[in-house]
Amino acid sequence: MAINLTEKAAERVKGFLHSRGKGLGLRIGIKTTGCSGMAYVLEFVDDVNDDDEVFESQGVKVIIDPKSMVYLDGTKVDFAKEGLNEGFQFINPNAKDECGCGESFTV
Amino acid sequence: MALLQISEPGQTTAPHQRNYAAGIDLGTTNSLVAINRSGQVETLPDNDNNHLLPSVVHYAENDIIVGHAAQNLQAADPLNTLSSVKRIMGRGIEDVKSLGNVLPYEFDGNNDSAVPRIMTRQKSVSAIEVSAEILSVLSNRAEQTMGEALSGVVITVPAYFDDAQRQATRDAAKLADLNVYRLLNEPTAAAVAYGLDQQAEGMIAVYDLGGGTFDISILNLTRGVFEVLATGGNSSLGGDDMDHAIAEWLIEQAEIKAIDAKVIRNLLIASRKAKEDLTQQESTLIDLPQLGFSLTLDRTQFNHLVEDLVNKTLMSCRRALRDAKIEKEEINNVVMVGGSTRVPLVVDQVGKFFNCTPLTDLDPDRVVAIGAALQADVLAGNKPDQELLLLDVLPLSLCIETMGGLSEKIISRNTPIPVARAQEFTTFKDGQTAMAIHVVQGERELVSDCRSLAHFELRGIPPMTAGAARIKVTYQVDADGLMSVMAEELSSGVKADIVIKPSYGLTDGEIETMLRDSMSHAKEDIDARMRAEQQVEAQRVIEAIDSALTKDGHDLLNDNEFKAITVARNELEKVLQSATTEELKVAIKSIEVISEEYVAKRMNASVQKVLSGKNINEVEV
Repeated sequence: MAINLTEKAAERVKGFLHSRGKGLGLRIGIKTTGCSGMAYVLEFVDDVNDDDEVFESQGVKVIIDPKSMVYLDGTKVDFAKEGLNEGFQFINPNAKDECGCGESFTV
Repeated sequence: MALLQISEPGQTTAPHQRNYAAGIDLGTTNSLVAINRSGQVETLPDNDNNHLLPSVVHYAENDIIVGHAAQNLQAADPLNTLSSVKRIMGRGIEDVKSLGNVLPYEFDGNNDSAVPRIMTRQKSVSAIEVSAEILSVLSNRAEQTMGEALSGVVITVPAYFDDAQRQATRDAAKLADLNVYRLLNEPTAAAVAYGLDQQAEGMIAVYDLGGGTFDISILNLTRGVFEVLATGGNSSLGGDDMDHAIAEWLIEQAEIKAIDAKVIRNLLIASRKAKEDLTQQESTLIDLPQLGFSLTLDRTQFNHLVEDLVNKTLMSCRRALRDAKIEKEEINNVVMVGGSTRVPLVVDQVGKFFNCTPLTDLDPDRVVAIGAALQADVLAGNKPDQELLLLDVLPLSLCIETMGGLSEKIISRNTPIPVARAQEFTTFKDGQTAMAIHVVQGERELVSDCRSLAHFELRGIPPMTAGAARIKVTYQVDADGLMSVMAEELSSGVKADIVIKPSYGLTDGEIETMLRDSMSHAKEDIDARMRAEQQVEAQRVIEAIDSALTKDGHDLLNDNEFKAITVARNELEKVLQSATTEELKVAIKSIEVISEEYVAKRMNASVQKVLSGKNINEVEV
């Protein structure tokens, strides 16, 4: 069971957490919505819930709820740049199908 | 593949529903756009990594060029290259004449339009159109950067701007197809950028010396709310004037005789560069071979040239303090805004005047855009509620009429606007295909005591059993108090909406009366509500029994049972309008007891129907 950040993604997360001034780490998860089933969640974490799994990747604390873990195991989170646009990208081996925008997926 | 940003805890939105909101500083000399990405508010650079977009628009043969490229054409083609148009935003032709020769353009004299129009080779354009070109470039930059459309923008304006000038700015945004959340005063944006809104309280002076305008604003911060105590300044004074002062000095020193628009441009560009050099260096060389001279300008000489200008700003500061009825010593923070505050003399003099060290940590060119972006983010609803600031509030609750003539609050009074709230409702009768939506405003429990705002209908709901349809009603009030209501049946997607102006038409006195009424009638209102609720419940029970009895009453019940239930039902219907809350409760309870067995039988029957003829593996749980 693992989710990994790439080095580039981890650097960015650290930077964002630093400038935010607070936060325990990065929450990764899924929620059921979006055009093709499920959508990724990427949030700062101020409170860890009892049933959350917490682990470290590239020096960043990653927090994930057990339900999301099922869908995200083996996922890699990268930071990518496309022209002026930049942001985080999920590379999820569990996703069978993505909507055109890549923001939601089915398993 | 979409690239995602990190949200605040619990603020993740559904895909394609993200509210990216940008802050735009539409400046006289330069404009900027800033946005919140993963919690970091930054100004956005273009492809060449320039954050500042010169507020210059060049009208070429078949093309419109904005920014640096346009600025580069300024010397070669001054009449078709428009800059500093903010100075004539919302101004009439007479005002523009009084500006004298500051703007080296040819105004269109043969035009009836009240707005001054500048002749270019393409067409004659107003300042609004020119500003719209600049806004378009900035919003495109933001959309390219975020990979998604902007939900709205906050545009900053000088505190000085009057209604006409503000309206012109709004019009420019409309022309650029932007949704303006609101116009924010530049000094307030600057204070927000420095996080001064996080302090409990304090007096803040915002000294904003931009390219073409000088603003001094005295803000009083109490419990997170900024009150503008006084504003002052000069809407035709700024860094441009420093350039002019240097240019005039150059004309004098180099004894330049032939002066046309082109020469003035060249001189001004060289002067600006010299001014910028002198913020870091002690002296600079102004070399203009095409005009046949080369001169050295040192900081002492420069300070001498701009001294008057700085003193003028300090006079405005003194006047603003007097207007605010406070002493210099009461000022806790001085925020420096605008590229011209990089001039060392300015920081020195302002520091001496207020006797405190001015805040200069943030890039003075970007600070306003950053504050606007912070505010835009709040207005777009991306921040937890406690971070709301500088907002107006709703004077009275906005409600919806529900069964029984009850008003249900969707957005309660004193909620900061803009705001959007949604609530789900359902159908009352089997096969109901339409729903009337009645929007009311007020604090009372019964609709008849509230003020009716609008009626509309949602039609085309697919026929379903009562309670199965899911109708989402969304109330939205924008920053200008404009309200829109949308109703949507979620399974079929049928929609209806309406736009209303809520508080208009209600005077303050009326609002007060309505509020006082709601308090003095609180007890009877609650009683009326409870009774109405029981009436609705009784009606629902009658509906349900009727529908069940028609379906399978005779199959499942013997005559006596059937009769007993019918009698109880009729009894309830008879007392429906006259009974008290308690009596209704009793009558409903008694029907429930009588029909208990019937309900159980129905359930068994429907289970059997589902299961009959199937083996256990076929049954979906």
